[in-house]
Amino acid sequence: MLTFEALHSFAPPSVLPDRTEGGNVGCEHRRPSLFAIWFLVILLSLVAIQPARATPSLDAILAEKPPKLLSEYGFFDDLSAQKPAAGVVPFQLNTPLFSDNAQKLRFVFVPDGKAATYDETEAFAFPVGSALVKTFAFPADYRKPGENVRLIETRVLLRQESGWQAWAYLWNAEQTNASLKIAGAKVDIATVTADGSPLAFTYSVPNKNQCKGCHAFNGSIAPLGPKARNLNGDFAYAGGTKNQLEQWTALKILSGAPAASAAPKAPDWRDASAPLDGRARAWLDVNCAHCHRREGPASNSGLFLTFGETDPVAYGVLKRPVAAGRGSGGREFDIKPGDPDGSILMYRVESTEAGVMMPELGRHIGDPQAVALLRQWIEGLH
Amino acid sequence: MRPSLLRAVCAVFLAGVSTGAVRAADIAVEAGEGAEERLVEALIMAKPGDRVMIGAGRFELTEGLSLDVDDVVVKGAGQDATILSFKGQTGSGEGLLVTSDRVVLEDFAVEDTKGDGVKSKGSDQITFRKLRVEWTNGPDAKNGAYGVYPVSSKNVLIDAVTVKGAADAGIYVGQSENIVVRNSRAEFNVAGIEIENSFKADVYKNTATRNTGGILVFDLPNLPVQGGHDIRVFDNDVIDNDTPNFAPKGNMVAIVPKGMGIMVMANRNVHVFGNRLDGNATAHVLIAAYPNDYEDDKYMFVPRGVFVHGNTYGEGGGAPDGEVGKTISDVSGTPVPDIVWDGVTRIPEYFSWTAAENRVYIDEAEGTSFVNLKMISQLMLPWGWWPDTDIAGYKGSLPEPAPVKLPQDSGA
Repeated sequence: MLTFEALHSFAPPSVLPDRTEGGNVGCEHRRPSLFAIWFLVILLSLVAIQPARATPSLDAILAEKPPKLLSEYGFFDDLSAQKPAAGVVPFQLNTPLFSDNAQKLRFVFVPDGKAATYDETEAFAFPVGSALVKTFAFPADYRKPGENVRLIETRVLLRQESGWQAWAYLWNAEQTNASLKIAGAKVDIATVTADGSPLAFTYSVPNKNQCKGCHAFNGSIAPLGPKARNLNGDFAYAGGTKNQLEQWTALKILSGAPAASAAPKAPDWRDASAPLDGRARAWLDVNCAHCHRREGPASNSGLFLTFGETDPVAYGVLKRPVAAGRGSGGREFDIKPGDPDGSILMYRVESTEAGVMMPELGRHIGDPQAVALLRQWIEGLH
Repeated sequence: MRPSLLRAVCAVFLAGVSTGAVRAADIAVEAGEGAEERLVEALIMAKPGDRVMIGAGRFELTEGLSLDVDDVVVKGAGQDATILSFKGQTGSGEGLLVTSDRVVLEDFAVEDTKGDGVKSKGSDQITFRKLRVEWTNGPDAKNGAYGVYPVSSKNVLIDAVTVKGAADAGIYVGQSENIVVRNSRAEFNVAGIEIENSFKADVYKNTATRNTGGILVFDLPNLPVQGGHDIRVFDNDVIDNDTPNFAPKGNMVAIVPKGMGIMVMANRNVHVFGNRLDGNATAHVLIAAYPNDYEDDKYMFVPRGVFVHGNTYGEGGGAPDGEVGKTISDVSGTPVPDIVWDGVTRIPEYFSWTAAENRVYIDEAEGTSFVNLKMISQLMLPWGWWPDTDIAGYKGSLPEPAPVKLPQDSGA
């Protein structure tokens, strides 16, 4: 029989389905034909390698000093395969943050007997002992996004008594474990884009303070993703496709949520059938508004890009910059209706140069699809 | 001693230690192999009370640094000895970002950041002392915007820093409260020192030279904090500000003409006194309204209560620059007078009067020249208006704001 490692070398971990109670497939690029095969192979491997099922360790989540290794948390039954442990629930967001096109696997853990509290606008309030886990990965070739996927880093947000803590773990070359990187790291990525051209760049694993560079709400660390509007969508759980809000409620990790139909819902920005304004505003909300909001790190800019912002000047329309410096690109307004090339917002989203590009962190390459969407949106404004 | 009392004494002692009342440690970071990672880690892992001591030498950094721990001193071996170079920076919007309280930054240099130099956001009691922030290639539109950049902060002390080459303002204090900027030198920036949308600032004993404009006191619309007020600009040398404006278009300072000494735009209760102005070829002092259209009901676009007195004026106004220079000299002729007020008032005031505390007052030595451009009259009475150059008509005074006192500066 093949060893797990040997299988692993040609079987990307991130395409592997996982099978917790909420069991799921955590990746968009699932191949149903492979599903059954890998299910069996991994199951057999697990039986051989890891007879006991892992459960997340509250001691690790609540420890004052973070564990050195990702494995110490027990978030995964199979770390390399990103197969979550019991009680660790995968999720996805309607509109995700662009992070150099990294594939992302997201998981939430709420301690047994506790639940997060629903909020209509902000991230849910999670009880002490909760964790949000996100793994960033790159395929060798985006034309085969499920193959030869390399795990780069796993970030954890831990809800402790004193508030949230954020840490990043860098995966080893063997893809067997990830270790704590307080000062961040640079990782060279070489891949092939969906149109077949080679792409090489240096990816940044954030240091602890950089985590807070985005995850800050009135000066404290806060989660960004798990908001009702971005979770209100379907997920292909192993037991069938279900609405995530309803599944979280059924799993008793979320309390106070209304029926999905009564909860706010942001569109998937890639969904061409959704209204253009909603798609653009959803994209800006997720990619910009963690800083550009009244409670965020860029509050002093006066540019507020949250989904619910209704004042056009506040979300940039004919708003002059205050501290843009060369980031203005010689343009006068954040958004000049009808004129993307006269809008500072476009200049900064199109740039990949430090000091000009937005967001300031977490991006090294451009996102032509997002640029096209925002151009179309600004062209239509008047 | 009874055991319970002993326990109480121990508890008090331990509390004193754990709250950082006692300095915990000096964390030394020397230049050399792995310096970037060691420095990043030291700033992250520092505990309240620690000092991060950066050794002499050059530190080549590829990412912005940040500090989010209260009560930390970051100290180098001198502003020409410890050099943090960001020439190879690939990420972050600034060189060093502080987001915590009671922090002292001193004795090091920050060079060639891609964005801003040293920034504090939301800090209380932040001190920038004996720092040098410089873009080593000289004035260039591709340089970062701000050198020393406290924003949304409280109790800000900027003392004996040197800033060169910022494409916006060398020393920029924005949306902050209780501010002292002193003993500092700003040269070859677009704006030397700028106090914007801020309350209670003392700017004194600084030298602003060879910038486009020396010292600016601005208030802008559409920002979370506006209504800047209670600013004293005194005892500064504002000399030979003669660098062509190199700010990228779209930024407010791009309107500042070469050869501007001290400029007050919007704001309330601004006192400009005892400064030495010389060699500023557009105008030594300009008092003006915000010139752009805006949509903001809460914004006051005209300056309210400005008192200019006891300054000395050398040569100036001989070569008014740019659009602003032309607007002034078209009315005043050349050389432009020492002090210029655009004369923009709110329309109801134009038809009635301006309350005493909102007027512009000038009390200068004999021979100081002045012009009120009466731009409101230009608009309202295009067929019959003239500038007012009678400085005596503006005599008067305003009560001076109390000196700014900072908790971290009680001994000075």
